[in-house]
Amino acid sequence: MVGGPWEPVIGLECHVELNTRTKMFCSCPNRFGAEPNTDTCPVCLGHPGSLPVPNREAIARIILIGLALGSTIAARSIFHRKHYFYPDMPKNFQISQYDLPICVGGALEIDLPDGSAKRVGITRVHMEEDTGKTTHASASGRIHDAAHALVDYNRAGVPLVECVSEPDLRSPEEAGAYLRELRALLGALGVSDVRMEEGSLRCDANVSVRPVGSDELGTKIEIKNLNSVRSLERALAYEIDRQTRALEAGEVLVQETRHWDEDAGRTTVMRSKEEAFDYRYFPEPDIPPIEPDPAWIEELRARLPELPRARRDRYVREHGLRPEVARVLVADPGASDLFERTVALGAPPERAANWITQDLAALRKAGEGRVGPEHLAELIAMLDRGEITGASAKVALEEAFATGDPVPVIVERRGLAALADADALAEAVRAAIDAHPDAVERFRAGNEGVLGFLVGQVMRATGGTADPRRVADLLRERLG
Amino acid sequence: MPVEIDLRYVARLARLELGEDEIATLAPQLAQILEHAGRIAAVATEHVPPTASPLPRVNVWRDDEPEPPLPVDEALRNAPDREGDRFRVPRIVEGG
Ligand SMILES: [Zn+2]
Repeated sequence: MVGGPWEPVIGLECHVELNTRTKMFCSCPNRFGAEPNTDTCPVCLGHPGSLPVPNREAIARIILIGLALGSTIAARSIFHRKHYFYPDMPKNFQISQYDLPICVGGALEIDLPDGSAKRVGITRVHMEEDTGKTTHASASGRIHDAAHALVDYNRAGVPLVECVSEPDLRSPEEAGAYLRELRALLGALGVSDVRMEEGSLRCDANVSVRPVGSDELGTKIEIKNLNSVRSLERALAYEIDRQTRALEAGEVLVQETRHWDEDAGRTTVMRSKEEAFDYRYFPEPDIPPIEPDPAWIEELRARLPELPRARRDRYVREHGLRPEVARVLVADPGASDLFERTVALGAPPERAANWITQDLAALRKAGEGRVGPEHLAELIAMLDRGEITGASAKVALEEAFATGDPVPVIVERRGLAALADADALAEAVRAAIDAHPDAVERFRAGNEGVLGFLVGQVMRATGGTADPRRVADLLRERLG
Repeated sequence: MPVEIDLRYVARLARLELGEDEIATLAPQLAQILEHAGRIAAVATEHVPPTASPLPRVNVWRDDEPEPPLPVDEALRNAPDREGDRFRVPRIVEGG
């Protein structure tokens, strides 16, 4: 990035698909990955005469989001029609909100890399509906003839929450921290799957550059197609650099929308006619206003879980976790929940956190498993009592993940119990010495590193059930 | 008071193709409607909340209970064209 007297001003618009059971304005199932056009009805296909009826649970969830962000929940809010023509929107308008959104104002507190915290203002959070999905490839996967597009309306009408931040962010890293914090918050609320790779959390960025110390905003550029925190940070770094160079070269920037090309690592102009932004908003006549009962709002407030920031602080304070470990745990509601329940069973917090964020996290990347808190607590306890080795514990965890069987049962079935039989261990050590006379000679000549090799041979011969420290001691005894 | 309206622009936004004769007929008609709206707007309504809906109701919503969607062939019955189980439509080129 070009240094000097410029500073970026960044605001984010994030779209969140809610994981309600049904769509926003009709009773079609809301699910990801169904066969094309199997989750549609006259309402979400925009058939004339069909009547949209809001999903009360979706309204409850946007209120929860607003409460978590400290927004004011509007006593009265209405839906608007936003008009534009695109084949993924069958009605030729999107039901959205305009000047009377459900949640107004608020802030999200983020942690910065230097350990300080920053409050990022929230402008508004409003309710709308998602669009269908357009592809330009035929069923065979080939790019179809360029004159046509194929549309799947399963996603059309899925509840979509748009959260708009104030232009309070000052660097790509701050923007990344904001997006991660928002993702953690939404995950903790349980209102969305927040999977950026599946599009249930999406983000557009507005960025401009101005002289440091200026109160005026520069020319705002919108960046679209940011599908991960990494894309967001890279695109912003690129765009800040591009704008700074342009300004230093005396160019005048024009307000435009640019598309982030992840592979090429740059943004390109998406040319749109000016009139494409004339959305001709008007109040949606088919949906009466939303006036949430204050008692209902209080009921929802009581349902708010502990929020990620408070939870991270508590993990550091009460459980002595390192802040980075607490961050990784809390970013994943499933992991965080497992941690709490494992610790409640008496497992040492740091050990539990390490197993969850390392070995178990690696397994969970591949899919859902069946490891519960009792598995982890037992695994750690058996390790501490010396009944299994670290290597065996990993094997037992993998099997527990696949089968859900209790750890002692797995240890028994797989013969993973630590080799407590001194004679058997001595025999394995003797066999390793006999089988590798060269290694023995090198060790005796002073090459300490060879000991690791010999320990490895014994571990292999015992299927990982020997305690490596005891093996090393025995080897030293024999060879000394 | 007369209202100026760019009917061609409005028609383009609505994807309507209007002939010159239609524009000649519709422009004064639309202007008349807007003049009427202008008269209503001129009435002092600072203390009247905007009416978003003519219905004297609020919070008309439903429970989050799924109902069976349309069978896929039924959903695609009005499609101008299809490929597999997807709607096949002219490709929209951004901007231009
Ligand atoms: Zn539907």
